[in-house]
Amino acid sequence: MSGEAQLYIPSTAASEPGKHRRKPGKARGRQASIEALEQISALLGDSPRNRDLLIEHLHKVQDHHGHLSDDHIVALAELMKLSPAEVYEVATFYHHFDVVKQGEQAPAEITVRVCDSMSCQILGAEALALELTEKYASGDVRIQKVPCVGRCEQAPVAVVGKRAVAQADVGKVAELVDSKATEPLDCSDAVGFAQYCAEGGYALWQAVRNGEKTADAVIAELEHSGLRGLGGAGFPAGRKWRILQEQPAPRLLAVNIDEGEPGTFKDRTYLEQDPHRLLEGILVAMECIGIAKAYIYLRDEYPHIDLLLKQALADLYANFENVPEIELRRGAGAYICGEESAMIESIEGKRGMPRLRPPFVAQVGLFGRPTLEHNMETLFWVRDIASKGGEWFASHGRNERKGLRSFSVSGRVKSPGMKLAPAGITLRELIDEYCDGMADGHELYGYFPGGASGGMLPASLADIPLDFDTLQPYGCFIGSAAVMVFSQQDSAKDLALNAMRFFQHESCGQCTPCRVGTAKAAALMAKPQWDKELLDDLAQVMVDASICGLGQAAPNPMKSVFKYFPEELK
Amino acid sequence: MATQPSSFSDVVTFELNGQSIEAAADETILQAALRHGVEIPHLCYTDGLRADGNCRACVVEIDGERTLAPSCCRHPSNGMKVNSSSERAVKSQKMVLELLKSDSAVQTYNPNSELDQWCDKLDVQTGRFDPREQPKADLSHPAIAVNLDACIQCTRCVRACREEQVNDVIGLAHRGDHAAIVFDLDDPMGQSSCVGCGECVAACPTGALMPSNNVGMIEPDRVVDSVCPFCGVGCLLSYHVKDEKIIKVEGRDGPANLGRLCVKGRYGFDYIHNPERLTRPMVRIDGIPKGMNEHFDPSNPLKMFRPVSWEEALERAAKPLADIRDSHGAGVLAGFGSAKGSNEEAYLFQKLVRVGFGSNNVDHCTRLCHASSVSALLEGVGSGAVSNQVEEVALADVIVVIGSNPTVNHPVAATFIKNAVKRGAKLIVMDPRRTEITRHATLHLQFAPDTDVAMLNAMLHTIIEEDLIDQDFISERTNNFDELKASVANFSPEKMADVCGIDAETLREAARLYATSKGSMILWGMGVSQHIHGTDNVRCLIAMAMSTGQIGRPGTGLHPLRGQNNVQGASDAGLIPMMYPDYSRVDNTDAHAFFSNYWNATLDTKPGLTVVEVMHEAEKGNIKGMYIMGENPAMSDPNLNHARHALSCLEHLVVQDIFLTETCAFADVILPASAWPEKDGTVSNTDRRVQMGRQAVQPPGDAKQDLWIIQQMANGLGLDWQYAHVSEVYEEMRGAMGKSLPGITWPRLEREDSVTYPCFDETQPGAGVVFIDRFPTADGKARLVPAQIIEADEKPDSEYPLVLITGRQLEHWHTGAMTRRASVLDTIEPMAVVQVHPSDCAKLGIREGDQVRVASRRGEVTVTVRADSGMRLGEVFMPFAFHEGAANLLTNEALDPFGKIPEFKYCAVNISAPRQTETS
Repeated sequence: MSGEAQLYIPSTAASEPGKHRRKPGKARGRQASIEALEQISALLGDSPRNRDLLIEHLHKVQDHHGHLSDDHIVALAELMKLSPAEVYEVATFYHHFDVVKQGEQAPAEITVRVCDSMSCQILGAEALALELTEKYASGDVRIQKVPCVGRCEQAPVAVVGKRAVAQADVGKVAELVDSKATEPLDCSDAVGFAQYCAEGGYALWQAVRNGEKTADAVIAELEHSGLRGLGGAGFPAGRKWRILQEQPAPRLLAVNIDEGEPGTFKDRTYLEQDPHRLLEGILVAMECIGIAKAYIYLRDEYPHIDLLLKQALADLYANFENVPEIELRRGAGAYICGEESAMIESIEGKRGMPRLRPPFVAQVGLFGRPTLEHNMETLFWVRDIASKGGEWFASHGRNERKGLRSFSVSGRVKSPGMKLAPAGITLRELIDEYCDGMADGHELYGYFPGGASGGMLPASLADIPLDFDTLQPYGCFIGSAAVMVFSQQDSAKDLALNAMRFFQHESCGQCTPCRVGTAKAAALMAKPQWDKELLDDLAQVMVDASICGLGQAAPNPMKSVFKYFPEELK
Repeated sequence: MATQPSSFSDVVTFELNGQSIEAAADETILQAALRHGVEIPHLCYTDGLRADGNCRACVVEIDGERTLAPSCCRHPSNGMKVNSSSERAVKSQKMVLELLKSDSAVQTYNPNSELDQWCDKLDVQTGRFDPREQPKADLSHPAIAVNLDACIQCTRCVRACREEQVNDVIGLAHRGDHAAIVFDLDDPMGQSSCVGCGECVAACPTGALMPSNNVGMIEPDRVVDSVCPFCGVGCLLSYHVKDEKIIKVEGRDGPANLGRLCVKGRYGFDYIHNPERLTRPMVRIDGIPKGMNEHFDPSNPLKMFRPVSWEEALERAAKPLADIRDSHGAGVLAGFGSAKGSNEEAYLFQKLVRVGFGSNNVDHCTRLCHASSVSALLEGVGSGAVSNQVEEVALADVIVVIGSNPTVNHPVAATFIKNAVKRGAKLIVMDPRRTEITRHATLHLQFAPDTDVAMLNAMLHTIIEEDLIDQDFISERTNNFDELKASVANFSPEKMADVCGIDAETLREAARLYATSKGSMILWGMGVSQHIHGTDNVRCLIAMAMSTGQIGRPGTGLHPLRGQNNVQGASDAGLIPMMYPDYSRVDNTDAHAFFSNYWNATLDTKPGLTVVEVMHEAEKGNIKGMYIMGENPAMSDPNLNHARHALSCLEHLVVQDIFLTETCAFADVILPASAWPEKDGTVSNTDRRVQMGRQAVQPPGDAKQDLWIIQQMANGLGLDWQYAHVSEVYEEMRGAMGKSLPGITWPRLEREDSVTYPCFDETQPGAGVVFIDRFPTADGKARLVPAQIIEADEKPDSEYPLVLITGRQLEHWHTGAMTRRASVLDTIEPMAVVQVHPSDCAKLGIREGDQVRVASRRGEVTVTVRADSGMRLGEVFMPFAFHEGAANLLTNEALDPFGKIPEFKYCAVNISAPRQTETS
């Protein structure tokens, strides 16, 4: 985990009474310097000072100054009419913000992030991080181990500044560092506005807009298709639209591209190819349901998609009239913000802490309004399903399952990548038919069927259909269909510990079972012997009593080890 | 049978642990369970704070649900089957407690830790999990110890700080198992913007936030319910007493504070145990001159005075007064009572002056704070008290705060204003200074000081020009509107913009917001009243409320925020020169007849002299003797050199106080008196709530309760008073206050602690909203009085180019007699400062922390510079609590012609390097 190097020591105050009291004469609290106020004012320009833009504004400061200083935080607070604590607690929640206190060293100009989640771990992330740390021991480049950056098929992955490096090694990283090539990757191959339109793009939206196609017809096709929410929860999309239609206006749409589940990279892959398809899905949903405004929440690990979507939105607004408002928001390095209510909190400019439900997001969501929240891929399919018909989508499938699934396959297969395959396909079929088999010298030992939170299955269960609802009997779920394959050279126990440390690192810290539970579980799992009784107790309470899916799913890989890989515990 | 919920409009029946129980629709499972005697562990939930559901100790099993549910956040529905004691639920409850306890400090900081109590109840053991790495203690704050090794991240402190008090100092920073409670930017609490209200301490369930010095570990001998002695908000509180000393104060659920307190109320109590308390009666040593000379030493009164017996002291106090009266006639004596004492003391004091001195020369500090507000209100609406209570900000859509710094001077009232803003109300702050409350404001009109009338007339102009008036209200309930209309016609916002420094569109926007909302409420402070045009300022506010009909309904009205804990009550009780109790004018024949009869005395029909007038007359020799109880004119009056000289001219001065105040330097006799927690009595807050104070401890040494002293003085003046108990005084006062107190008997106050007046029926609550259908004027209508621009008495010029505004700090009360001796308060704010804009600092070549000389035509002081970007350029601010840098040496004694209030809020000064001191 990236945590160790930057562990937070909660209080620097001495225990001597009265020490650290403020100087006589000095005003209470921190006062922003006139210089800082001027700098932040200039950075914010004429953008609104609304509280929900706090994270956006923090990005401006971080991007420009490379970190967030005390003085800038206090100045930003003053300009946004917030208290310093309100800004500080948000800034320190998100790992892409570097808060640098007075007297502390600002980070180096270039940061190299080395992904250490499961696929990258088994493909050498640790060694890479170590080598880079040694190479840049002087501190002129900062090396950070970070959780999944959404490029598992390219493992091991490093990110130099904003530039991702596939199959990274020290040489490739050094070359980019030396040339200061830190800008996001180029995405000029993506389908642009003109091409998208030429291939029939936005015709569906126009048809819905001018009444040629009714909202009811679109929703009916969605229902026929059996399309379910592709972020992981699998709620039927058509039904969700109907629920939203019944809610009082104004209604809002929140699009989740906080693709953070380790092993998942499908959203990135689709958007790199065809960003307008998402926008059309958004516009159709807005038109059908009567949505006032849409927010796209994009994880900060995808800066190239940020540029792509900005361009796509600019083209959209330049070429059509009366396009409803679609606002693009950047995440800031927090897996939990992929949880729907945490994402809403984050869009509101707050710490990404999941809300208690009820009330449900569809009723009380973003800014307290009824909100349709969708994983980006769910909307990505709207055009095809509405145009080709729900039957077309449902006609795919194997083993009595229906539809298509976008599997993010990584790990010990010969050809990893995003594989669009029939729902219900088995792992063995997926490897053999879509991935050219196992990597050379590797035998299938086990796999994660649905990212870090979906649990692990052994090779003996490689022939069960992969889809929603099919894996529950085995203590697993498919989630976002992130399939991570491991071999006899890998340890399920190590991977489970990797996953638990990931959850510990990414827990928002709100509820006890998750905040304390993940930390205690990771500590227990780092011991040579696992205490089954205690871990079982802990797991049950995390599942039963955590607020959101993170804590509830965190014990899954650990439980899988007890269930399917007991020989590793001997 | 369990008690039933109060409202059963919408009852839900559900099953809890196999029993069918009923819950009110707004109750959670936890609340319903507790009400039915079913205990469910809970930590992050507590009464009065929003349920957050984060600790998960209260999870229960609900039939048909996949996971357990937090009972503190879930509402039952009909037929729901809930189990809080199933194996599955209890397993989670216990594991949550075990996880938290495993990470908790070994040391106990709070003997009543809720975590420990629940662990005991559920028999939770620890030892299975390794504890976390513990943070260090933060003991940087003088009143609060921060021991985050006991923190369970339940965020009760965050909610107390952010949602209840809205001070927004505490945050939950970082995330996951690093999530931590922080102050500002994870600063030591003592360096942070923390205002020390202690609400977080009250909220903390484990002892992570506790009173410093482990006071929380001490079990008190007794807890005495009383009311706060500081500001006019009137927070109910309890004194915790151990070994006859107050060790702790806690907020009580009073109507004006709902359990909240500020730093003064919660941590400012130990002044009463200060070694400088006066404990023996004293008389001036023969030959020692009066004045703040080398003999004057508050820590050693014996340099100036010698102790005597009470008998001798009273004799030497009263007899010379009687002799002066008898030889020079009634008009040469005067008395200053106190707004810090009880209603009963105020009543008795003014009765002593009127009956014993034979004149109406009785006044108190109301003259220095809201006299102009009262004169305008009496003229306009026939009553000087507030029309609506502070709590009604919760019902207002627009709240105007003008000339007031409520987070500092009325901190708990300010919390309700901030709560209202969070709820969605719009706040308009009009103040030349940018103070903390402006962070919450929709509009801040940072107008040029002294230009209130220009600004308010421009708003009135807008209201009338844009037809935002309430014509029906104007026709039915006011007089003189046409005159007002004609007058404000000359004050267009466009014309006034340059005068007041606020652009025309903002003036118009503020006027529109105020006039058109469903309910707009105006609250004001001394920034309005302490001008030579203070009465005019308030006339404008009255006109705004009347022309828009924003009065007489909940969430509207006019509220002058009263300063002292009992300035409302003291005025009500007649501690003012022109009125008897209940505002009957002394020159009114009926009133005169009533009180002559009620007191069986010959009363003067001529209104007496006001505070500043008394000083002028003393200097001229027309006032020769004075009795001053609990006031400190040698610090609080404007132009102190003048006031102090006047005091030194008196032939005889008796001072009754708890410390050797600056005024004592001019006294002949000193009578050691009681502090507020040392006596029983009532006080009336800014909301017209009469509230009960109870004695917690005995006065120190030979100090006596004030009521006893007043009686002895009266008897020394030839009266024969035999009040056996404070209740007898109260009931006599009630008998004289038929417009206010008939329904508020002493036994009722003992029972209820707080009752609003006017109240005519003992079975009814008092009227929170007044003027519903008529004003207490002769014809029942309000009188609108137009105001013209009058400039401040002393404008800046080349010699004195800066404007000085005086006021208070959060920690210090008035002249500092109490708070400078309260250890926590004086540690937080220990020195006199002058607040200057950073740009002005640069211009003047001074830096924060520098010592500078601030001088006016009347005097000079040396104080420390504090940079404050909330100041306007060319304007500086000084608190007047510091004897070593007394701001009132500089202020101007020019008076408002109606309220006779001095212009504390405006005079001309300059700033320069300090003079070389003789010793250096």
